[in-house]
Amino acid sequence: MLYLGPAKPRHQRPDDPKVTDWPQQYQQLARQARNPALQQYYQAGIPAGETPIGQVPLLAMDFETTGLDARRDGILSIGTVPMQLDRIYSSQARHWLLKPKFQLTAESVLLHGITHSAIEQAPDITEILPELLQQMAGKLVVVHFRGIERPFLDATLHDRLGEGIQFPLLDTMDLEARLHRARPPSLLDKLLGRQPVSIRLADSRRRYGLPDYRPHDAVTDALACAELLQAQIADRFSPETPLSELWR
Amino acid sequence: MHIEQIEILEFLKRHTPFEQLPEAMLEQVASETDVRYFKAGSSILQFGQPLDALYLIRSGAVETFRRTGELYNRLSEGGIFAEQGLLINRKVRFPATALEDTLIYLIPADRFDALCEQSDFFADYVEISDEERRKHNPNRRADANELMTSKVSTLLSREPVTLPYTANAREAAIAMQQAGVSSLLVLGENGVAGILTDRDLRNRLLAEGLPYQTPVQDIMTTELVSISHQRFVFEAMLLMLRHNVHHLPVLKDGEPLGVIAISDIIRYESKNSLFVVSSIFRQQSVAELASLVPDVRACFVRMVNEDANSQMIGSAMAVIGRSFKQRLLELAEAELGPPPVPYCFLALGSMAREEQLIVTDQDNALILHNDFDAARHDDYFRQLADFVCQGLAACGYPLCSGDIMATNPKWRQPLKVWQQYFEDWIKAPSAERLLHSSIFFDLAGVWGKVEWAEQLQRQIRQLAAKQPLFLASMARNALQRTPPLGFFKDFVMENDGRHNNSLNIKRRGTAPMADLIRVHALAIGNSDNNSFDRLKAIMQAGLLPRGRGEDLRDALEVIAMTRVRHQARALEAGEEPDNQVAPEQLSDFERRHLKEAFQVLSNAQKFLKFRYQGARG
Repeated sequence: MLYLGPAKPRHQRPDDPKVTDWPQQYQQLARQARNPALQQYYQAGIPAGETPIGQVPLLAMDFETTGLDARRDGILSIGTVPMQLDRIYSSQARHWLLKPKFQLTAESVLLHGITHSAIEQAPDITEILPELLQQMAGKLVVVHFRGIERPFLDATLHDRLGEGIQFPLLDTMDLEARLHRARPPSLLDKLLGRQPVSIRLADSRRRYGLPDYRPHDAVTDALACAELLQAQIADRFSPETPLSELWR
Repeated sequence: MHIEQIEILEFLKRHTPFEQLPEAMLEQVASETDVRYFKAGSSILQFGQPLDALYLIRSGAVETFRRTGELYNRLSEGGIFAEQGLLINRKVRFPATALEDTLIYLIPADRFDALCEQSDFFADYVEISDEERRKHNPNRRADANELMTSKVSTLLSREPVTLPYTANAREAAIAMQQAGVSSLLVLGENGVAGILTDRDLRNRLLAEGLPYQTPVQDIMTTELVSISHQRFVFEAMLLMLRHNVHHLPVLKDGEPLGVIAISDIIRYESKNSLFVVSSIFRQQSVAELASLVPDVRACFVRMVNEDANSQMIGSAMAVIGRSFKQRLLELAEAELGPPPVPYCFLALGSMAREEQLIVTDQDNALILHNDFDAARHDDYFRQLADFVCQGLAACGYPLCSGDIMATNPKWRQPLKVWQQYFEDWIKAPSAERLLHSSIFFDLAGVWGKVEWAEQLQRQIRQLAAKQPLFLASMARNALQRTPPLGFFKDFVMENDGRHNNSLNIKRRGTAPMADLIRVHALAIGNSDNNSFDRLKAIMQAGLLPRGRGEDLRDALEVIAMTRVRHQARALEAGEEPDNQVAPEQLSDFERRHLKEAFQVLSNAQKFLKFRYQGARG
């Protein structure tokens, strides 16, 4: 398991799933899952790696969380926006405020503007899980920086249901990193004090002429991510590019 | 309620025509809007493709095209397109391409229909056809009696001068003296308690022999006659007459905004064009005439603010201009003595067409009696011309840069020479020869033997229509100045895609329009001078394809009013008015109308070329 494939400049993360055949993996997970909503989600299946991206239904997703550690922090809100390469269905966007298991910190209140009183009436994730999984069913998830949504959803479901969740995703930050972080900074770069190109969502968007959106609203961030993906594919991929070249 | 598409909503709120819609309607629109990204150079819409949405540019830039491939429009952030197709058959009428990387907000077709139904403003903006839109723009109010339509608040020029009721008569007089007013308001415990005027001080203090220390509340008028700020000027006048008062406090929600005096109304009326004209004839010298320039300008601004249309303003300004000339000629004759032979003073160009505005060269000429003998008489007429032209320059009509003035001996000739001029121009035409003489085909007699002017007009009318070569040459000259294609961001966009910072609205708009209409008018032997009148006759003659005449009339009004408003804005800002319009001075609405008017002008120029130049091109 130490061999991570050919030495392509691909930035593998330790928590990236090591799955080669996702449709088969989903069939297996559908049989293993105990929660009916999860069963249904896996039964809906997932496109195979050779499917062209242009044919795949996608779901841009963004979480606002109380912190960055999936084991200690909780999900405050979830925003999802269904999309395809030729249209972002922002009209079908969904937004859920959630009551996290853990205390809100002052910083996260400042960051998201989600206050104690707002989440006091919010449901626990288990209450909205069937709806969320229904949104995700059959679609490939799109995020900017895959270190949040997948680990947080997995950890939260482990905590509540005793079983986690696995899914492949498209990471727009990863697609940006492949372009701008293809090789480590050279000595010359270091000598000249060249800063690496920022691959944060807002900075990446600006490179494609996308407008500035106010960050830290889950739906707006999901929309921003969806637009960025369309721009990236239009810029250097094509609707024919197979998923296996893109997903993680 | 959580507004999910906060970015879309905020964007809509900042752009026409959405900004005018109620918040709830916008939330609805935002919640139904989809998004799509287009890379620079990629096709967004293709001709005939089915349409399911209105396209709103969130960022980037887009070009739309005619089917012929000709550039139709260039749009940037906040611009909408595909609305024509949505309105007709839900198919793309003008194909679109991303000029820059572009993010589009897609507003569903059904919501678009609903907005058209729910909001007149929105419908006006997108639904009414281009032609209709132009028609709805100019305010065509024929009768603008200013007293009837102006609010009293327009007469207020200063805060009210007030004094507490405890003050004494002398303090009141000092306050009035310092503020230079003839009345002040006396404030009691609960707002205005009364008014104190010059007349009160005279009748109730001086005549009664009361001491200066008498409290103002003993001599003020307490039965206050006042008027709300929203009433009309004529109501204020009636109120003053009925109660025999000379001062009227203007109140808003019971609070005093100011006081209007009967002199304010008189001063206001003095900005009336009739008043200006009558005062021109009372002035005794060039210097006195020149002192009326601010009145002329105020009159112009006032007409603009009272929504007069371009024809009303143009003819009022022309009447004023003619009055200046007439009075100057009277003064000249008084100084130089009676003329040795009869003459006719001619106005040419915009003044003859009654399309004069504030910034306008003087164009004039002299027709002399056929007995004119240069050796004996020209000294007189040279001095006369010099007196009038210099006088006009002093009165705000700059000397003509093309030297088309009576001071030029070539344009100070006997009638028979003038008849020969016209015969040569018409019968042996060339575009070069006519280039600088088209202005002579707009002529009006101002003073003296005005019937000679009519005689020349008759001659033109009889000759011109039968001379295709003459008309072709005039048409060729009329095509030399073209309108721009439209606007892009804050630039003027030319037909070849180049950008300019501003546009000369006369050279690129009203002048080519007048040129074009003149050619048609000559072709039908019409005797009108005014472009609108000429156009009416051209339409009646059936010269233009159906509907085009109305289009031209509306386009002319839009372009002329843009010029008028531009000059009025400059005057109000205390700047020197000119014809150079920068797009950032125009509202979105004005730009759209203007762009469509330019399009009409451009099409009309194509028709002119086809009509009079035929295959010669």
